[in-house]
Order: sequence, then structure tokens, then C-alpha cells
Amino acid sequence: MLAFALAGLVPLTLNAESPTDMYFGEALYYAHQGQYFEALERLDAEVSQHQGVDEPELDTLYRYIADAEFSLGDFELRYRMHHRAGRAIRAVLEGAVDETVRNDAAYRLAKIHFQKGQASDALAALDRIEGKIPEGIRDDIEFLRANILLASDRPGDAIAWLEALENSPRFGGFASYNLGVALLKDGQRTAAIEQLAKAGQREARTPDELAIRDKANLVLGSVLIETDLYAEARPYLNRVRLDGPFSNKALLSAGWASVSDENYERAVVPWSILADREVTDPATQEAMLALPFAYGKLDVHGRAAVYYGRALDAFGTEIDKLDRSIDSIREGKFLEALIREEIRRNQDWVIRLRSLPEAPETYYMLELLASHDFQTGLQNYLDLADLHRKLTSWKQGFDSFDEMVGIRRGHYEPLLPSVDEEFRALDSRIRLRTEQHRMLVKRKNDLLTTPRPEFLATREEQALLARLEVLDAALEDADEATARRYRQRIRRLRGSIFFTLQTEYHERLARFDAHLTELNDAMAILQAAYDEYVRTRQAATHSYEGYQDPLDGLRARVDQSITTVLRLMARQGRDLEVAAIEELTARRSRLANYRDKARFALADSYDRATQQQARSGELQ
Amino acid sequence: MRRIVAKLAPVLCAVLIGASAGADEADVRSLDEQVQEIKSDVLGIASELNNLEERLLYPSGTQVAVFVEMAEKDTFRLDAIQVHIDGELAAHHIYSFNELEALEKGGVQRVYTGNIPTGQHELSVSVLGKLKNGNDYEQSGTFTFSKGVEPKTLGITLAGPGLGDRGIEVGDW
Repeated sequence: MLAFALAGLVPLTLNAESPTDMYFGEALYYAHQGQYFEALERLDAEVSQHQGVDEPELDTLYRYIADAEFSLGDFELRYRMHHRAGRAIRAVLEGAVDETVRNDAAYRLAKIHFQKGQASDALAALDRIEGKIPEGIRDDIEFLRANILLASDRPGDAIAWLEALENSPRFGGFASYNLGVALLKDGQRTAAIEQLAKAGQREARTPDELAIRDKANLVLGSVLIETDLYAEARPYLNRVRLDGPFSNKALLSAGWASVSDENYERAVVPWSILADREVTDPATQEAMLALPFAYGKLDVHGRAAVYYGRALDAFGTEIDKLDRSIDSIREGKFLEALIREEIRRNQDWVIRLRSLPEAPETYYMLELLASHDFQTGLQNYLDLADLHRKLTSWKQGFDSFDEMVGIRRGHYEPLLPSVDEEFRALDSRIRLRTEQHRMLVKRKNDLLTTPRPEFLATREEQALLARLEVLDAALEDADEATARRYRQRIRRLRGSIFFTLQTEYHERLARFDAHLTELNDAMAILQAAYDEYVRTRQAATHSYEGYQDPLDGLRARVDQSITTVLRLMARQGRDLEVAAIEELTARRSRLANYRDKARFALADSYDRATQQQARSGELQ
Repeated sequence: MRRIVAKLAPVLCAVLIGASAGADEADVRSLDEQVQEIKSDVLGIASELNNLEERLLYPSGTQVAVFVEMAEKDTFRLDAIQVHIDGELAAHHIYSFNELEALEKGGVQRVYTGNIPTGQHELSVSVLGKLKNGNDYEQSGTFTFSKGVEPKTLGITLAGPGLGDRGIEVGDW
């Protein structure tokens, strides 16, 4: 601690346990930013790794595995991989998970089936929900069930669910409107009218709630017009906000309701407003033709002629614009514009598309762009473009990997043989010393159990004892008197050495032990250096060996995937272009029809205006 | 013109009511499934490529990875983080709105992956941000850690002001 204090450092605070599995957390980090590919890539690897470990309970993901598997399905769903998402979510349903998690999974599975048009499977998934339901999705489940029933032509069955949702804070407005639609589809016309009237007067705060309220009024107005109840329809149509998304359609219908009552003056009011709006809107275009028609009925032929002239000019301009847009799509400009990064980053990118040079007029395609089929195709195209960008970038990366491996091989391969040779020599010496060390440790342990003072004799003492042995042996040939005399002296000398060995035994043993302890430390350092060398040596080989095959394999798969992605992009792109061209062509043909009508009506109005002028001249 | 009105109303009504029903996607399904398949293939490639890249660039013996997470009760807006290892700048990240939101929702960011030798090392973390009252917030901390032969993963937990030294915690994840 003193060292830390002096250096101004804080020792590493080790948390008792990781707050989460970091790789799962990393996947969430990407998912929360809408980067589902990256999220899936990380979480998929983490879950697979977890499933492969011998003792999963020791893995950091163990506590979160149910959540992780659920998130896997969720990310796949959001990345529009319904096939895999379904599998993952079904796995959660089958697994031993908490009731709320299972019910959430069943709800998501139902959503997948519904999006894929599999209504009966969607209902079956919802039927699996039982017990505790997560509070946050309680209404979502019932709203989904009602929508599935409506989509399955079972409006009668949907009614009860929608009635129960009418007071839902999130879905109240939508349930109220859908209930009106369900009653209408179920043939309960009077009840439907009452319900739509109720939905059209609900309190609304959010833009979505306001829009659905407008929609209820518009549908109700249209239903009443359908049964020739024009006067009754008008108040509902008038309730539609002038700045809402259904305003144009409501203004147009209000005008026609008045015309049907032969109240042309009243029809002029909404159509005048509408005729000045965005010219690409179909309702506006119809109003540009309907307004002079109403003036004609009011015998104001001069003004009618002016408005027909204005409509004729506008239709001509719009037809030219549509022709250019169709050409632009045929030249591939539409698809080029779709995948531009700056367009995709902005939420209103579809609208902004029209501001790009040579891009088609997207206002004519708003309905198409908002349709489910087109959106699915468009998202697929954008995802494919994204995959293409990724694959191309990886393909370029392979050359760098090859170069890196080549540089490492070039560096290590000439160096390693001499290093290995040197190491082999060193290795045999290390092994010898290790064996010697082992023997010394054994001797010390033996001495502790059976004291052997001669084992602790110094080199000089050992030499002296050996010399005395030699001298003793040489006395074999000497005469008895000489031998006795010298053997006595040899015994005394031996005795003197053994006396020293005996008296200094404990001191010598302690010194031996101390030296051995020092040797142990040295041997530990040697062993660590040895291990470090072995690891480094292995790392050197691993830094360039074993990459070629996987790299070649991946390179081939990337190439193959690029080909597939480009093929699918071409097919998907063509589908989008065809849909866009069909949409624009239909709008063009409608405009051409309007232009022809305007042309004839303009001539007629001029004639009538001239006749009117002549008549008034005669009268004067 | 009355005829037009009579024709218009049911069409309009059908279009509006039809919006609640599911769209027929039979014509896009087969292509859609192929797109799903290629997504799955590319995800597999990405995963293998990542493994290979990690082996090649960050061998386990020297690998160190630094993660960042926000404590549950955030009291400040994180603007930037700087991480130094042994005095060398390892990471300097300025947070976008999306990244910050992802952290606040429980995401964990891998801010650095690199190589260091085994032994004792020093990790310095500096955080810049704004407090709820609009004042600037700045905190830093220095920590020591030991790198062994296995990969090292360090987690930085940012709790913000009011916790003294515990505003920044580093854990061995």
C-alpha cells in the first residue's frame, strides 16, 4: 500500500463479480444504436462459446444465458432475419426460463408469424401465453391478437378484444378506430358508424393519436357518402384537421359530398384550399380539375377557364417531371440515391431524396414507399448494400493479413533455427542443473531424517579423508611396526576431521539449508525465464503458422458472398425499380387523362364564357 | 360527376380500411428468404474473421481489452473518455448521442484492444462531461493491474460525481 501511496496510485479495485457479461454488454451497446449486424455477430459468438464450455456455470454468461438467447432472437428479428429469429425464440419457449420471459418470447414469435402472413401460427403462439405477463407488453399482446383476427377475416372475434383495449393509454385511439373497422367488416353498419363517430371525437395528444382520429372521421365520412348520406358525411369530414396527413383526402371528399348535393358553392371552399396545395398529391391534382368544374356549374365560366388553364399547365409540368423521374429510375439513379449514406442517416431521407440531382420525384412515390411490400424490399436492398460494403472492405483486408503473415514469416524463419540450436544446448544444461538441484533437495531431506555429518564435509576435508584412505592402503606392504605407528597417526587425523564434522554439523546443515533456499529462488527465476522463452518461441511460430488455410477459405467465402449479394441486389433493385416505375407510370397516365379532360374542359369553358359575354352584350 | 363520387367512396374506404389488414407478401417472400440466408452466411464469415483477426493481431499472451460501462444511476452526461496504459494514449473517445444512450441503457463499450507484456502496468482514465446543472465535470484516476499469460479484460465503471474516488472504478472482468 505504501508503494501505491507514494506513487499517487490507487490499487485496482476488483469488483466482487463482473456486473454483466461484457461481451453480452458489448452486443447490447451495438443493438441500442441500431447496429444489429454487429450486435448479432458478437452475441452469436458469445452464446456459441458458452454452449461449448465444459463447465457453463463458471462462465460469465451463465447468469444471463436466457436473456442472451432471447436477445439473440430479438436482434435477428430487428435485423429482419425472421427465419433465424423464429428458431431462437422457439428455443427460449422450449427452455427452462422465467414465465415472463417465455410469455415475451411467445409474443415476439406471434409478431414474426404475423409479419410473415402466418395468421394461424401467430394466434397459436399467442395462445401459449399463460401466467405472469410482462406489464409493458400486456396491451401489445391483445392489440396484436385483435389485428391478427382482423387480418384473418374474423372481425367478429376481434371485436371483444378491441372493446377491452379502448381505455388502453397506448392503444386506446387505435383500438377505437379498429373496432369501428371490425364492426363495419362484420356487417354491423349502424354500430360501426357510432363507433367511428366515437373514435373521431376521442381526446388525442400525440401526432399518432391525432392522425388516427382524423382517419376515423375520414372513413366515417366516406362510409356515409357511399350510402348517399352526403349532408351527414360533411361534419365528419370537416372534423379532419387541415394540417393532418388525411387533410387532402378529407377536403376532396368534402367537396364531392357537396357536389353530390348539387351545392357547388359549398364545394368550391374545400377544393380552393386543396388546389393550392402540393401539386404532386393525387387529391390536389383531382381538386385542380374539380374546382373549375364546380365554377362551371355555377356558370362562372371565365374563372373556370382560368383554373382549367392553370391545371393544364401544372399537369404538363408534372408529366414532364414524371417522365424525367421514370428515365432517372431506368438509368439506375434511384437505387444509387437510396444507398447514399447521408440520405440514410436522416429520418426524412425519403423526402430528401428528391433534392438530389437526377433523383426521381419521391413525392409521387410516398404511398408506394410507405407500403409494407416496398418497405420490405427496400430494407432488404439497403441491408444487401450494407453487406456488400462490409464484404468489400474485408476482401481488401485479406491482402493486409497476407502481408502481415509474410513479414512475420520473413522475420522469424531465418532466425529460429539458430535460436533453436542455441536453446537446445542451453536446454540440456538447464536440465542438468535442474536434476542437480533435485538431488540436493533430496539430500537435505535425507539429512533431516538421518544425520550424516560426512555429507557436509568441505572439499578440503573430503580430499584429506581420501588421502588418508590412500595412505592407509599403502601401509599394507609396510612392516608391522611402521604400519602401526602411521595407522595411529592416520586415525588421529581422521578423528580430528570427524570431530570437526560432528561439532559443526548443525551449523553446516543450517548453512546448507540457507544456500539451498537461495538456490531455490534462483531455480524459480530460471524456470520462469524458461517458461517465458517457451511461450515466446511458440508465439513466434503461431504468429505466422496456421493462417493460410483459414484465410484462403474465408477469402473464397467472401468472394462467393459478394457474388451472391450482387445478384440479390440486382434482383431486389430491379423489383424496386419496376414497382417505382409502375407507380410513376400509373400516376403519369392518370395525369395524362386529367390533362386531356382539362384541355377539352378549357375549350368548353372558353366557348361558354364567350357565349355568356355575347349574351350579356346583347342584353345590354 | 355523381357517378364518380359513387365510385370514389368505396375505393377510398377500402384503401383506408385495408390499412389495418396484413399485406400480401407472397411475391417478395422467396427473395426475402434468400436475403436472410446471405445475412446468415455473412454473419458467419464476420465471426470467423473476427476470431482470426484477434488471433493474428492480439495473441492471448499479450492481449488486453478495456471496456466501459455506466453505473445504473447516471448523474452526468459523458462527453469523452481518455485511457492511457503505462503513459501511452490507448484510447480517446468522444461520445455521440446514440453511443451515450446505448451506454445508459446498459450497453458495454469496448474502448480499446491491444497488446502489452506480462507484468505490472498502470492504467489512467480521464473522463470529461457535464453535470445536470450545466457545470463541467472532469475526473481522472490511475490504477495498477497485473498482466498474466492469459488475455486481460479490464472494465471501467463510470459512476459520475458525488462518489469521490469511486466515480471511476476499474475492475478485472
